[in-house]
Amino acid sequence: MTLAAATNENLAHISNVLIYSSMAVYTLAFFAHIAEWVFGSRSKVGRTAAALTGAGSAAAPSVAVRVKQAGGTAVLDRPKVITRSAAGTRDVPDGPGAAGGTEKGDLYGRIAVSLTVLAFLVEAGGVVARAMSVQRAPWGNMYEFSITFSTVAVGAYLGFLLARKNVRWMGLLLVTTVLLDLGIATTWLYTDSDQLVPALHSYWLWIHVSTAIFCGAVFYLGAVGTLLYLFRDSYENKLARGVKPGSFATSVLERLPAAASLDKFSYRINAAVFPLWTFTIIAGAIWAGDAWGRYWGWDPKEVWSFITWVAYACYLHARATAGWKGRKAATLALIAFGCWLFNYYGVNIFVTGKHSYAGV
Amino acid sequence: MSTTETEEQRDGGDAQDGKDLGAAGAQLSTAPREELTGGPSLSVVGWVRWFWRQLTSMRVALILLFLLSLGAIPGSLIPQNSVDELKVRTFKETHTTVSPIYEKLQFFDVYSSVWFSAIYILLFVSLIGCIVPRSWQFVGQLRGRPPGAPGRLTRLPAYTTWRTHTEPEQVREAALAMLKKRRFRAHTVGDAVAAEKGYLREAGNLVFHIALIVMLVAFAAGQLFKSEGGKLIVEGDGFSNTLTQYDDFRSGSLFRTDNLVPFTFKLDRFTGTYEKSGPQRGTPRTFEAGVTYSQGGGPDKKSVIQVNKPLVIDGTKVYLLSHGYAPVVTVRDGRGKVVFNGAVPLLPIDNNITSTGAIKVMDGYRDKDGKKDQLGFQAFFVPTFGGAGKGTMFSQFPGLEFPVIALTGYHGSLGVNAGLPQNVYQLDTAKMTQFKDAKGQILKARLLPGEKMTLPGGAGSITFEKEVKEWASFQISQQPGNGWALTGAIAAIAGLVGSLFIQRRRVWVRAVTGEDGVTVVEMAGLGRSESPKLPEELGDLALTLNAEAPTAPDSSDVPAEGAEK
Ligand code: HEM
Repeated sequence: MTLAAATNENLAHISNVLIYSSMAVYTLAFFAHIAEWVFGSRSKVGRTAAALTGAGSAAAPSVAVRVKQAGGTAVLDRPKVITRSAAGTRDVPDGPGAAGGTEKGDLYGRIAVSLTVLAFLVEAGGVVARAMSVQRAPWGNMYEFSITFSTVAVGAYLGFLLARKNVRWMGLLLVTTVLLDLGIATTWLYTDSDQLVPALHSYWLWIHVSTAIFCGAVFYLGAVGTLLYLFRDSYENKLARGVKPGSFATSVLERLPAAASLDKFSYRINAAVFPLWTFTIIAGAIWAGDAWGRYWGWDPKEVWSFITWVAYACYLHARATAGWKGRKAATLALIAFGCWLFNYYGVNIFVTGKHSYAGV
Repeated sequence: MSTTETEEQRDGGDAQDGKDLGAAGAQLSTAPREELTGGPSLSVVGWVRWFWRQLTSMRVALILLFLLSLGAIPGSLIPQNSVDELKVRTFKETHTTVSPIYEKLQFFDVYSSVWFSAIYILLFVSLIGCIVPRSWQFVGQLRGRPPGAPGRLTRLPAYTTWRTHTEPEQVREAALAMLKKRRFRAHTVGDAVAAEKGYLREAGNLVFHIALIVMLVAFAAGQLFKSEGGKLIVEGDGFSNTLTQYDDFRSGSLFRTDNLVPFTFKLDRFTGTYEKSGPQRGTPRTFEAGVTYSQGGGPDKKSVIQVNKPLVIDGTKVYLLSHGYAPVVTVRDGRGKVVFNGAVPLLPIDNNITSTGAIKVMDGYRDKDGKKDQLGFQAFFVPTFGGAGKGTMFSQFPGLEFPVIALTGYHGSLGVNAGLPQNVYQLDTAKMTQFKDAKGQILKARLLPGEKMTLPGGAGSITFEKEVKEWASFQISQQPGNGWALTGAIAAIAGLVGSLFIQRRRVWVRAVTGEDGVTVVEMAGLGRSESPKLPEELGDLALTLNAEAPTAPDSSDVPAEGAEK
């Protein structure tokens, strides 16, 4: 009946140009981050080594208590909230970040972040142009998934920065993988802009696929945190045992946040995304119920979503189980993200099932 | 991230922390304790108890979860009978060495295999064994009151103190009022106020795990009571929901025929549109089946069924599965009498809907001698032919632009009387003779709409009428328990959100008169895990309380650790 309007070649072209431009800007951001790390490594901040041994000062974060008095606000002696780490964790302060406290490093870091913002805007424009060219949600094949995926990951990262969370340490790794993702998308996964087959015509596409991409992108940030946690943790372990790590490892790892902070960061992300991932799977089941006449049919995509879900549940359980906290739980988190990745690349490309929209 | 700095001395050591907190730190969650249980005692009861304790421990739950995800993997890489039997058969033919092993390991039916079932059944037994005691424990915690303040509040993860001229009793009263106003469960024990908040975390966690059980039960019930069948309908024809009308039918083991919802529907019109140009020419764009239905003899209603939009009638869903063409043909005998006239549904064999099928004239036909005989035609149909004079009998486009039908004819026995079920789309030519033309060549013809193929020797003719209908096939399924599964799913998400986003925490406020007669106020907080929110919240509470019990102006020295009782 209604033939959806033909794809707009012009907009599709604009989208491609924007995606390539964003890659160029990400590349600049990549070099700026490299400069940040290099300048940071030259700093001689007498930073962590001393602090790592636990001789930090007791400057507790204070909460301003203002006592209102008639005629103005006088600040009296405030009650200070003193915090203690939970039993069994090291008292190690966070590293100073890639710039290592150097002004030059910090400048390049800021330039990198600004470039990332610009690249993000350009890339987001590319995704929107693509959506307009096909007049639907831009999630019909792997090329479109991939460009949306990195846009969301960078968006979430910038969101954290905007909320004044300490996440700049992941900038270099994130930009590198975004370039990798876009490279794969534009070379191997590229698909001409096109409309959808009838099976994909549903508002569940918006709900299910958007949450799936969002979950994956944010799980990715969690996985970056977990990976760095594993490195930083073994570095701290070595220091605690009195072993001297290699100078490159020291230079890089001492600038990262403390293992406990990284662990907490990735736990929060994984825990926050897990309910949404649960929702994604349920929404997918409802859609499958409408589109294919069964809610759950152990299609490869469904199987791997389930495996990913169970793996994350495993991780959450591990954190509540004595003897599994810390490194073992972190390994489970990485396995869980590995399952997500396989579900994306592996199942879409190598395994045939009902979800064969790879377009490659 | 964490900007928290930590207190410098950690003299007591970790082991002491637990002792210091005593009851105050206990039971902040209902997670089973990971105790180092020794081996089982030798009696049978001892063994059973040991086994049960192992099964319901977090550690075993963790292992079972891991096994569940591991066990699901082979099913995604090896073809499954439940998904595609044909693929399993081809796999077995090409992989002759591993197939017997896979067969033994039930790798072609992973999700109904003994071992996979064992994993999830154990997991759910473990889950129930874990949930029941936890629920009781939680009810107990709800009935009881938050435990009193530990001896040394300085040991807690967040701590603050100040001196004030307000009387200790007044401070405690103010603290109690403040905490209650902030919806803490609070009461005064001895010289301190004890308060707790965030019970929803535990409740959410229990709800989540119970919801998992509900979903599993609903799913199992659905499998037992479900029914599912297919029906191919040509435009203009109808269907009524009784067992005999289905082309194929499957049902769960507890399904009974009278569970079928009574309704009828008629396929008025099927519409398929396709991309007309560009590289994606031929890609489907819309599929719609316009139907008229009536429930239990009620009034007729119109509806449109699309691929993603099944028609739901009292819990039964009618899905649009596939479609194809049904050319209308007329068969006449030697004297011109019409012996068959109707639309013949043909099955597509490629994406451009090149279709094949059979036309069977079972009775009413008499040959030129007036003897009873049967006719059969093999039909090949393309909705869009390559072009006049050129092109093979493979369709160039799925839409109906240049329909051509190719026919060859047979006469003899169709074999339909042998009592064996027969495929309506295939001709069994074992007992039939193919028509030959005058030169002894096999008689075949490509017909355009309106054209006729005459059978030799006055055997009659077959006409491709100027009408091609479409057919659509539907899946009609009903599965009770979906409502429960959905309720369970929603409860699971809600529970999960509660469980993961809510912090359960305790706050104590102690107010005692110090040696110099000035009141010392101490506040401390304890959460399930470290959270930057806890110190923030404590600071917030301290700020509020401080307004009611202002800091004594002369307090230059912070009280030493031992200032409490
Ligand atoms: C069907 C399999 C199961 C799944 C999918 C599952 C999933 C989850 C998830 C996602 C959480 C995280 C919520 C949170 O951290 O608060 C959780 C927590 C928990 N689960 Fe399970 N679970 C399962 C079976 C079990 C079993 C068999 C037990 C009993 C041993 C159990 C005991 C717990 C406990 C005590 C917590 C709370 C941990 C905490 O307080 O951090 N679960 N579960």
